[in-house]
Amino acid sequence: MDKHEGRDVGTIRLDDPWYDALAVGWGEGAEPSPPRPAPAGRPAPGASDIYLEVQRSAAFQEVRSRYRRFVVPATAGFFLWYVAYVVAATAAPGLMARPVLGAVNVAMLAGLGQFLSTFLLTWAYARHARLRRDRAALDLRWTVFEQERGQERNRARRAGR
Amino acid sequence: MTTEHQTLALMLFSLFIAVTLGITTWVSRNRHGSAEEFYAGGRLFSPMENGFAIAGDYMSAASFLGISGLIALFGYDGLLYSVGFLVAWLVVLFLVAELVRNCGRFTLADVVAARMSERPVRIAAGTSSVVVSVLYLVAQMVGAGSLVGLLLGNSSAAARTLTVIGVGALMVVYVSFGGMRATTWIQIVKAVLLMGGAITLTVLVLLRFHGDFDRLLTSAAERSGHGLAFLSPGLKYGGDWTARFDFISLGLALVLGTAGLPHILSRFYTVPTARAARRSVVWAIGLIGSFYLMTIVLGFGAAALVGPDEVRASNASGNTAVPLLAAFLGGGAETTGGAVLFAFVAAIAFATILAVVAGITLASSASVAHDLYASLKRRHARQRSEVSVARAAAVGIGAVAIALGLLAQNLNVAFLVGLAFAVAASANLPVLMYSLFWRGFTTRGAVWSVYGGLVPAVLLVLVSPVVSGSAESLFPGVDFQFFPLQNPGIVSIPLGFLAGWLGTVISGEEPDEAKHAETEVRSLTGAGAV
Repeated sequence: MDKHEGRDVGTIRLDDPWYDALAVGWGEGAEPSPPRPAPAGRPAPGASDIYLEVQRSAAFQEVRSRYRRFVVPATAGFFLWYVAYVVAATAAPGLMARPVLGAVNVAMLAGLGQFLSTFLLTWAYARHARLRRDRAALDLRWTVFEQERGQERNRARRAGR
Repeated sequence: MTTEHQTLALMLFSLFIAVTLGITTWVSRNRHGSAEEFYAGGRLFSPMENGFAIAGDYMSAASFLGISGLIALFGYDGLLYSVGFLVAWLVVLFLVAELVRNCGRFTLADVVAARMSERPVRIAAGTSSVVVSVLYLVAQMVGAGSLVGLLLGNSSAAARTLTVIGVGALMVVYVSFGGMRATTWIQIVKAVLLMGGAITLTVLVLLRFHGDFDRLLTSAAERSGHGLAFLSPGLKYGGDWTARFDFISLGLALVLGTAGLPHILSRFYTVPTARAARRSVVWAIGLIGSFYLMTIVLGFGAAALVGPDEVRASNASGNTAVPLLAAFLGGGAETTGGAVLFAFVAAIAFATILAVVAGITLASSASVAHDLYASLKRRHARQRSEVSVARAAAVGIGAVAIALGLLAQNLNVAFLVGLAFAVAASANLPVLMYSLFWRGFTTRGAVWSVYGGLVPAVLLVLVSPVVSGSAESLFPGVDFQFFPLQNPGIVSIPLGFLAGWLGTVISGEEPDEAKHAETEVRSLTGAGAV
């Protein structure tokens, strides 16, 4: 019994989510996919249950809404700003040609503004993700991992009997 | 071009080839032959390494020579390109990199197939990936032929044919022997060289103007003969409304296409986690952004110092502006300094083409072996054999690219890159976005959105002025054109999204809630990611 426990701990260390190189054959064609829900509507027990459960958990919904609250307005913002820039360059070259300071005109400032906004949004996103999402996401990764281990152990125990 | 230039440039080319072949041998010595190793380099690259490799993959010769050449000839309108190419990375950073890293194994189809019935989805996504890659690849091969011929001062047909065959053969060697690990290292070496070259030239240009950007712009505008119009949009893309809509269409394709390019997507699998994927995109944005800022200085510098007339005399589309600028900055074409700098830039351009071509070949061989072959002959394909198929596919794609590159040699292929971006934006991006973000997305929707973007994009180009009906088209003799724009993006991108929505709405299939939950949880947390 002791020996068995010892080996188990060893495998956990290898598959540890903190250890970055996991080796699970997910998405591979040859892998048996999780069973589809039966026609009656009750999904067959398996890994899919864990994901459904985690998806409904408050912790996950918090991570998801934090991600969306940043990404949706930021994407809309930079996309509109870029489209406005391209349309202005093609439809209103006169406006873009207005000199601002020396040889630098509106068009040049808008172009450099695109560069600047890209750099700023990149920095803001990286910071937001690092401070507000990474920790919670890693916790959830642990949760899923532990539940999967538990299920596997149960299945192995059942098969062993 | 003097013979001194050519000898130096040839020596530097050979040095680069020797170094990259050395990397390939060294890398292939301790490989395990697994799919993980071949497609994803063992997934152990650091964010900084992968960031350099992404930048190396992305900054093709079109960026380095093409954009600065466009700026040298048309002023501000060249700069519009670099803005589109850079802003596209925000789509990748926000919506694609992390989620794709968590959800897939090697290709775009992995992400989609995880939620859908595998076979049709893999075939559709694999087909569109191969189409995008081959379009991009042929453009690079033809570019290599004309560029190297030009830089060596020997534009004879035989020299170009030899270059195309040589580039094709080298890329097959890199990819089939070294896999992703060798390809990544070649890209890192190339990105470092490219940044080093760009920084050197930018500093030299700015020193000429004593750091005064305003004076650089003014002299460029004066020398161009267009006056202040050189510094504002309209020189190239002004004129009638067809040309303007064409530019808007190109702008959309550039900004949305990057996130659907197969060789960019496959780069996110070479790092261990989503966090590393994000950090590598941050590195890439920093490198690509500063590189494009430097091309602005180089382009206006070439206009101010070399002059648009001399640039145009050397190459009508401006591709030699930067090498000419380098020769000028070194002290003139006849001096040793000029020859050294010229040869250095020429060697960087060659390295650029080799690295980009290798990256695309690897991504497309992954699509052929992992998606198409695996779904058509799944029963018999084991892990081991899939890698051999991928190696064979790399050889086959290399042969196809050489053949098409030789056939297309005398044609203007600038539109191929724009078309590759348009196809990527209309066939690959919608299906990727829907699978990641739409709960109700179904298999039929996935298949429809791929073909619904791919088919219109290709058809619209076939009936556009690039193929027939005008003096510059592929077949100037015939006229079956009725779509006025050269770039199909403005029509085909919305069609791709629409087809995906329509296919989903009218399919009777219930979306699989459990698999959606799995995709969503995996994409945001990385649970169970490979």
